[in-house]
Amino acid sequence: MSLAPHTLTILAILAGAFFFMAGTIGLLRFPDPLSRLHALTKADNLGLGLVVLGLLFQAEGLLPALKLVAIWLLVLLAGATITQLIAHAARPNGSAG
Amino acid sequence: MTLAMAFDIGLALLVVGVATWTIVAHNTFAAVVGFVAYGLLLALVWVRLAAPDVALTEAALGSGLTGGLLLGASTRLRRTETSEDAAELPAGALRLTAVGLCTLVAAGLSALVLLLPVPAATLAPQAMASIAATGLGNPVTAVLMAYRAIDTLLEVVVLLLALVGIWSLAPDRVWDSLPGPRHHADSEGFLTFIAQLLVPVGILVGIHIFWVGSDAPGGEFQGATILAAMWVLAMMAGLVDAPPVSRRWLRLVLVVGPAVFFAIGLAGFAMAGGFLAYPESHAKMLIVAIEMPVTLSIAAALALLVAGPPERAPGR
Repeated sequence: MSLAPHTLTILAILAGAFFFMAGTIGLLRFPDPLSRLHALTKADNLGLGLVVLGLLFQAEGLLPALKLVAIWLLVLLAGATITQLIAHAARPNGSAG
Repeated sequence: MTLAMAFDIGLALLVVGVATWTIVAHNTFAAVVGFVAYGLLLALVWVRLAAPDVALTEAALGSGLTGGLLLGASTRLRRTETSEDAAELPAGALRLTAVGLCTLVAAGLSALVLLLPVPAATLAPQAMASIAATGLGNPVTAVLMAYRAIDTLLEVVVLLLALVGIWSLAPDRVWDSLPGPRHHADSEGFLTFIAQLLVPVGILVGIHIFWVGSDAPGGEFQGATILAAMWVLAMMAGLVDAPPVSRRWLRLVLVVGPAVFFAIGLAGFAMAGGFLAYPESHAKMLIVAIEMPVTLSIAAALALLVAGPPERAPGR
């Protein structure tokens, strides 16, 4: 049994946790809705991506690994859409674009 | 203190914190957002308690679907809340009562848990001992569909009753009409985009969750919630319109699950000598034969619960 996969898992998840923390700080500190959303999407996309990357080294077989990647892609899709919807609602005049 | 224990304590404090915030939040919308977050945290608690089936149900039904229903209700209530007499003393007293009752229930439950004998009485060994007779691999599904199938039958019927309750809110003149507001598709819009992309994937995931339920965490309620969510998403994106509630096919879809459940239950008298008793040789087949129409009926009922009472003529 090699230590390398575990080390890679810990490094990737720590990096993911860093993005989540940065995103949360941004959510709390940024002045307006659009920049707060900007901070949050970084956490969702990169943070979760790195956590999934870390978990991939622990996956037993190809199918669980593919499921993890599918979860990440679905969260990316849902996150991006929700962000658009919130940003749309948060615009002062409510116009598209 | 181990790392896992620190995590559990943090999680428990967070759940209590979010629950308190939900009660004291100063408008209904914020309270609903708190409730959804609370449900998701609770799902994590169930995972920590090694109950993934309950966690899935909590996330899908307790947090997701109920959250959606409450969001709809809070949107309808917004008009009444902006009037000046809102959020005055009665609301305060109501909240204090809610806090008091919640605390009382929580204290009662904690006392019970603390008073449990060690080791606690459990039916788990019996559940596992007879599981081979059901042909299932997931003991939770065995409880829901074999040992205590009558409870599940009643739950499915309760959902239908809830839908009848919502429909009965419709005035007579719009009875033969469509539920909820009409959403118009914006072919360039992101909601249309995600609905076109996500709905097929979601239907696949919903069927998968239902299907693996016999051997792994999952089952008809969780799968049906995902299917219902996909239908609601397609309706919200304006890709499909809600059907008029008087349609014969819609009524059939809603009733087929409980009807098949009940029929197979009655057939149990002839086949195995009791209501909802299965002959051992065909138990798995009969359970799947019940689960498939039940999943369809639950999905339709949940989506129509979210869609609301009929309120507009077709084409509006």
